[in-house]
Amino acid sequence: MNGTGRPLWRRLIGQNVLSALALGIGGYALGHWVGTRITVGMDSQLGTDQNDLAIFMGFVFALLGWLIGLGFLNYPMSRLAGRPPSLREKEEAGPGRYFRLCTDHKVVGLQYFVTVLLFFLIAGLNAMFIRAELLTPNEKLWNANQYLSLVSLHGTMMLMMMSAAILGPFANYFVPIMIGARRMAFPRLESLSFWLVPPAGLILLSAIFLGGFPTGWTGYAPLANEARAGMDAYLFSFALIGLSMTIVGTNMIATVLTMRAPGMTWTRLPIFVWGVICTSILMVLAAPVLFSTLAMVALDRTADTSFFLASAGGSPFLYDNLFWFFGHPEVYILALPGFGIVLEILPVFARKPLWGYRLAVAGMVGVTLLSFMVWQHHLFVSGINSDLRPFYMLTTELISIPTGFIFLNGLGTLWRGHIRFTVPMLFSLAFFSNFLLGGLSGVFLSDVPSDVSTHGSYFVMAHFHYTIMGGLVFAFFAGIYYWLPKMTGLRFNELLAKIHFWGMFVFFNCTFAPLFAAGMLGMPRRVSIYAPRLHGINIFVSISAFLLGLSILVFLVNLVYSMVIARIPAEANPWQSRGLEFQLPTPVPVTNFERTPVIQADPYGYGEPDALPVAALSPSPATVAGAG
Amino acid sequence: MASEAIPGGPAAEPQHGRRLVIAWAVLSAAAVPLVVLVIGPHIPPGSLSAESHDQHEINILLAALATPVLLGIWTSLIYVVTAFRLRGDAIVDGPPLRGQPGLQILWVVATAVVVLSLAVLGTAELLGSSKGAGGGQGPDPLAVPKGAKSALQVQVIGQQWAWTFRYPGYGGVETPQLSLPAGRLVELHVTSLDVSHSFWAIQLGVKADAIPGSDNVAFVTAHHTGSFEIRCAELCGLWHGHMHNTGAVMTPAAFTTWIRGQQVENAPATKTLPPYSKHYFPEPYRRAG
Repeated sequence: MNGTGRPLWRRLIGQNVLSALALGIGGYALGHWVGTRITVGMDSQLGTDQNDLAIFMGFVFALLGWLIGLGFLNYPMSRLAGRPPSLREKEEAGPGRYFRLCTDHKVVGLQYFVTVLLFFLIAGLNAMFIRAELLTPNEKLWNANQYLSLVSLHGTMMLMMMSAAILGPFANYFVPIMIGARRMAFPRLESLSFWLVPPAGLILLSAIFLGGFPTGWTGYAPLANEARAGMDAYLFSFALIGLSMTIVGTNMIATVLTMRAPGMTWTRLPIFVWGVICTSILMVLAAPVLFSTLAMVALDRTADTSFFLASAGGSPFLYDNLFWFFGHPEVYILALPGFGIVLEILPVFARKPLWGYRLAVAGMVGVTLLSFMVWQHHLFVSGINSDLRPFYMLTTELISIPTGFIFLNGLGTLWRGHIRFTVPMLFSLAFFSNFLLGGLSGVFLSDVPSDVSTHGSYFVMAHFHYTIMGGLVFAFFAGIYYWLPKMTGLRFNELLAKIHFWGMFVFFNCTFAPLFAAGMLGMPRRVSIYAPRLHGINIFVSISAFLLGLSILVFLVNLVYSMVIARIPAEANPWQSRGLEFQLPTPVPVTNFERTPVIQADPYGYGEPDALPVAALSPSPATVAGAG
Repeated sequence: MASEAIPGGPAAEPQHGRRLVIAWAVLSAAAVPLVVLVIGPHIPPGSLSAESHDQHEINILLAALATPVLLGIWTSLIYVVTAFRLRGDAIVDGPPLRGQPGLQILWVVATAVVVLSLAVLGTAELLGSSKGAGGGQGPDPLAVPKGAKSALQVQVIGQQWAWTFRYPGYGGVETPQLSLPAGRLVELHVTSLDVSHSFWAIQLGVKADAIPGSDNVAFVTAHHTGSFEIRCAELCGLWHGHMHNTGAVMTPAAFTTWIRGQQVENAPATKTLPPYSKHYFPEPYRRAG
């Protein structure tokens, strides 16, 4: 089926990413033409040189072309035509499946990994450009529009891609394996959720050619209403990610609810899977709000609906409320999978059971519930509902109680353990140190009188970089070093990995710790000119940031060296983990399990002499009956 | 898989818990006074106004409270990774501890007490002692300082990309400079003509978003004469970073002289301004292009 007999050029033709790109570009041209035709002579087009409706039509047709090129319409069209649907995508083998619609969850995991990493590097490069500008207190390197566009692209790209950084690669790959399933509940939707990500990234990057956009990742209206055409790219791409997140969340919840192997009770569920469930609940409830909000801005820009224009009966507060109703759960969409990964990794390298499993679950569920009740703390000085500020102060501070559980779980697991300082363990330990600083600075921001002095400043910026970069990105790398050898069957170079870790840990702290001070001393976010008295801090931070970038480069070198050049095979269970995913052979067979496994214990029974293996992989009829 | 018997009680193992608590207590006892007395005085935003002084104090208080927590986790992390590292090459399992309920309950109660007292403290500070703490409180403030009836009213108008200031008590004169008299309560009404901005008078301890179509009130009483920086703290478009200015706190006499001069100087412009209002709706705009 993989057509090895045919010449290369013939194999490149078909429903794959190349056709998707071609049809996408063609679709854009067609959509833009249609949009231009139907707006001829409309009022909204007078006195402006940009046609937002045509651009949106272009994006919609481009997306349709992209999905047709990949073959997402084959199945529904066959059904509509009354023909038996082709299941060709199931039978793919060989490297070609990574460039096609493939319903194997392990292929989707690796597709996600490469894509997310690529866009992470692009967004990280933007950060380097931003720090280069901030070497001087005046505008030097970039003009105002270029600078703001860089800031906006960095923020939006990071938020978009990092929302999928752990759920995309690791949850897609490992959740079915961890719960003893052969696939996700909705494999075709799983593939769709991935194939929406590359067009979102590319469309966001197209903002560069549409004049950039000046709003940052928050896209505040009414600034978004008056921005140039790059704003359309932001709106469309972020909405696509919202759609993708909704699909991922639905699929994960359905998978964990319905596909668990016999014996996989809720208290045997690996803690990472709990993190994924909580994140998925947040995604399903929050991402549709983002989608609708962005659609409202798009309508404001194309059809003059004025949802957010105060001068025409709308309200800028409406945007703020809707955006942060999504935006605050979003930061926990970023944090919770990180909690899951580090708590999954600590027991393996401390050789002890996860300490306080139920408390950890309670912590994650508590964060999930509370994260929907805190959003107006982003608006403490905005004048909206100011009498409710004590309420939001309370809920925001309450959220540190369940977050604190995770720290107790971590310390309890390490306590009297036999700790091995492998690279995934180092990243997990650093996670706690970083997230601690992020969390404690959050206490300042949640206190209204203190927030008045720090809101909108670099203090906030340092705070969320400590939680997102120090938390999520460190957990992401912990996950990479822990699981990628299983996913690819190849081993990382340990020396380069340790250089990466120490460089990243040291320079991450050198970069962001001084920014707390810069913010308190009066440096607002998203400016390219600042008070000369802050010059020293900024030079130090910029140089640290470049070295931080260099440490990521070491990772990249390691990745290419280990996975492409050296290719040393990894053992099936390199960490002596009890986790079910490590009991399978490497590479993991297409169907994961030969027979449905029967789960006998949780994966944390280190040091328990009578602990059973996590699962019976070829269960006898007696164990099946026993598991109910 | 290799497994080890549970180590034989406290006699065999050093008393890790006690050591850790002592280390933490000693470090905290040393660090908290250091934070309060040495770093504390340098914590912004200073004491130009009653509000900035309150923020300064609460920032010190929060730093003092955060220090033992920070040290508690850091000391524990450093202690566990040094005391409990795997010795030798063979992988040996640790004791299968699954969680002591007593310790978990203690942790939950302790964090809850700290967090709830922080919330009470913050609320008391916001609505009680510091009366809004210089933050924007919307059109109808809940925390109103004493003497608000006779406060000096100043309207702060954000627009792309400058601040202007309107004094309704002085014939509605509008100036590009903000000057305030020392020792007098000032009632700032912050609004915007186009997109959302945020009025940040750094050393004055004032921050209030300027939202089109809304009136955002903040109170401030400057203690003594001096100058303060004004910046925009909400991304408002192309020249957001250039939206900065310097304001002045003057003696009441100097302020009266200054505002009279402004009235005379700006008299022709004042005539063409729209009448003073809590907010202004500009014409619905077209896109900048």
